[in-house]
Amino acid sequence: MYRIVYNKLICNNTYELLVEAPLVVEKCMPGQFVIVMSKEDSERIPLTIYDYDKKKGLLYLIYQVIGASTEELSTMKDNIFGVVGPLGNANEICANVDMFKGKRICYVAGGVGIAPVYPQVKFLKEHGFDVDVIYGAREANLLLIRDKIEKVVHKISYATDDGSFGIKGFVTDVLKKNIDKYDIVVAIGPVIMMKNVVLVTKEYNVKTIVSMNPLMVDGSGMCGACRCEVAGKPKFACIHGPEFDGFEVDFDLALKRLNVYKDEEKEKWQQMKKILEGGK
Amino acid sequence: MNDSKVKGRVQSANERVHNFDEVEFGYNEEEALKEANRCLQCKNPRCVQGCPVHIAIPEFIKCIKEKNFKKAYEVISDSSSLPAICGRVCPQEKQCESMCIKGLKGEAISIGALERYVATYALENNLSSTISKEKNGKNIAIVGSGPAGLSCAGELARAGFDVTIYEVLHKPGGVLVYGIPEFRLPKSIVQKEIDSLKKIGVKILCDVFIGNSLTIDDLREKYDAIFLGTGAGLPRFMGIEGENANQVFSANEVLTRINLMGAYKNDAKTPVKKGKVAYIIGGGNVAIDAVRSLKRLGVDARIMYRRSIEELPARKMEVEHAMEEGIPFEFLVNPKKILVDEDNNVVGMEVVNMKLGEKGEDGRASVEEDLSSLHTVSCDMVVMALGTSPNHTALKNSDIKLTDRSLIEVDGGKTSIDSVYAGGDAVTGAATVILAMEAGKNAAKEIIEQFKN
Repeated sequence: MYRIVYNKLICNNTYELLVEAPLVVEKCMPGQFVIVMSKEDSERIPLTIYDYDKKKGLLYLIYQVIGASTEELSTMKDNIFGVVGPLGNANEICANVDMFKGKRICYVAGGVGIAPVYPQVKFLKEHGFDVDVIYGAREANLLLIRDKIEKVVHKISYATDDGSFGIKGFVTDVLKKNIDKYDIVVAIGPVIMMKNVVLVTKEYNVKTIVSMNPLMVDGSGMCGACRCEVAGKPKFACIHGPEFDGFEVDFDLALKRLNVYKDEEKEKWQQMKKILEGGK
Repeated sequence: MNDSKVKGRVQSANERVHNFDEVEFGYNEEEALKEANRCLQCKNPRCVQGCPVHIAIPEFIKCIKEKNFKKAYEVISDSSSLPAICGRVCPQEKQCESMCIKGLKGEAISIGALERYVATYALENNLSSTISKEKNGKNIAIVGSGPAGLSCAGELARAGFDVTIYEVLHKPGGVLVYGIPEFRLPKSIVQKEIDSLKKIGVKILCDVFIGNSLTIDDLREKYDAIFLGTGAGLPRFMGIEGENANQVFSANEVLTRINLMGAYKNDAKTPVKKGKVAYIIGGGNVAIDAVRSLKRLGVDARIMYRRSIEELPARKMEVEHAMEEGIPFEFLVNPKKILVDEDNNVVGMEVVNMKLGEKGEDGRASVEEDLSSLHTVSCDMVVMALGTSPNHTALKNSDIKLTDRSLIEVDGGKTSIDSVYAGGDAVTGAATVILAMEAGKNAAKEIIEQFKN
């Protein structure tokens, strides 16, 4: 059991969960993720690490309620059954700051993708980098953790689909205009956004790192559910990723593979809603 | 005189394809006595040589004859720490029973079924080998709670060591829990074996990914010795076109969802894909477990194996049970390509017939494709059960030596790093439960030796 400090709604269907998990945060690095389980019989949910306090052993996570298991997680109050991690590899830049000194870096985040972007930008600031961020969402009130991210960026630009904050348009519109300023782009968000970012960066041959979020079961390399096609070869996001060279990822395949369990998930969500209503 | 073995009672095939309850009921006392009485009590017992852990088989069978089941359990426990499991999952027909003198002219003694009977008796009567010595003050870390780790832990705890097992999943047991299905090895049996380890002081910490959460160096600071029983690793795929289609899964994924996550129950929170027609590619135990599990979920599940029935590596009993359950086996055929629709859904496979060639050094026939036989089969799900390749997350930042097959190199059970031992599939590549147990036990003996005095 892992003690919940808080598990609160921060916007729309998005929650912030703070949980005690000292063994997870002791060694964690930006870019890594964890798997959480609400109860003993729950699904294993992979979530990217958003923030951590190594001294206090606290782990910060942000998640969106998008199905049965995240719905269940949002109802957890005192403890959750499981947190395992850190899983996957650290972000390439954060893990090799000396190699990347002097590089001009831009992060592109979409929606809750800002959560895994935040610890990377914060880490890089602490290591002397000035990092720009382009952050997009459908509308203004879906932009998350603005106060936190603004404290660690060099410059941040916003884009919303409806123009309710920042420019009206997509993150790629902002990126296109500024692409000559950067040596490296890191894109984290919906697969379609990462695909579109790579379409821009590839044209200008700017190295691009993306973070994949496929379906996953064990998270330790045992099952292969999370495989992505990278440079024509299957790679496991849990062990070989979650970050890959954006030029090499087959995004169309990744998009299709996200739908593997769509029907089953719909059904489970209905079941879960009934269970949760019954419990009230 | 009719001297055929006492057949074990099983759930009828018609009935069991609709549930996940154990297929075999196991002997009752009468049956066990009758079967034990068939044993000739050879002076020079060949069966013992056939057993990877050299259980004193005639001796425990003699105890059964004398109805001294407690003593029989003690005899088995001298050599094996998980008899309830091995009695169920060992490939006896290739080990002890293959050597039985009775098998030359008739049917071998059902040693596995007798072992299982004794183990069941022990579990029901709460006999556990709690004989543990005084603590010797030495701390041992074990990485992985599968058969290698569990048997190593049991051996060490009984010898007075303080043992802590680290497990990455949320439940201990490794392949016994995520891999082998309920109908072959009830999870309550595994749980009882784990509970009996806890009773003798073994600590189990789940949710810890050694290599990431803690490194081997961290463990070396805290513990006097380490045993790595990290298991077989990453599931293999064929590398053919269409293999990343939506409904192509590893057998490990299918089994993990069903066994570890309980997806066979209607109210389970984790789903498992149920295609209409599923081909399971491979012929090992994992393939048979996957095909039988899917069959029980209402899928028209079939085996496709590139060699012939004689080469099937799976445990014989499981193959027989699968065939009784009406599972089609397609031999000497292999996929060349997985066919998908525009949404990346599986619609079939292009397959090719295979021809058996000369037997290689390992005694298995080589196979070769008959390209003139290329044809398609339709299906909407494909499950790859092709073995594994090593996963060395646990070894991160350590300079443990690997073999040219990228497995952990050991001398006996010792790795290239002082006081770090390894065994099981991480050392041998995918093998059997009993071999992993043996490796765990042997490493334990070496650890005990290291700390003598």
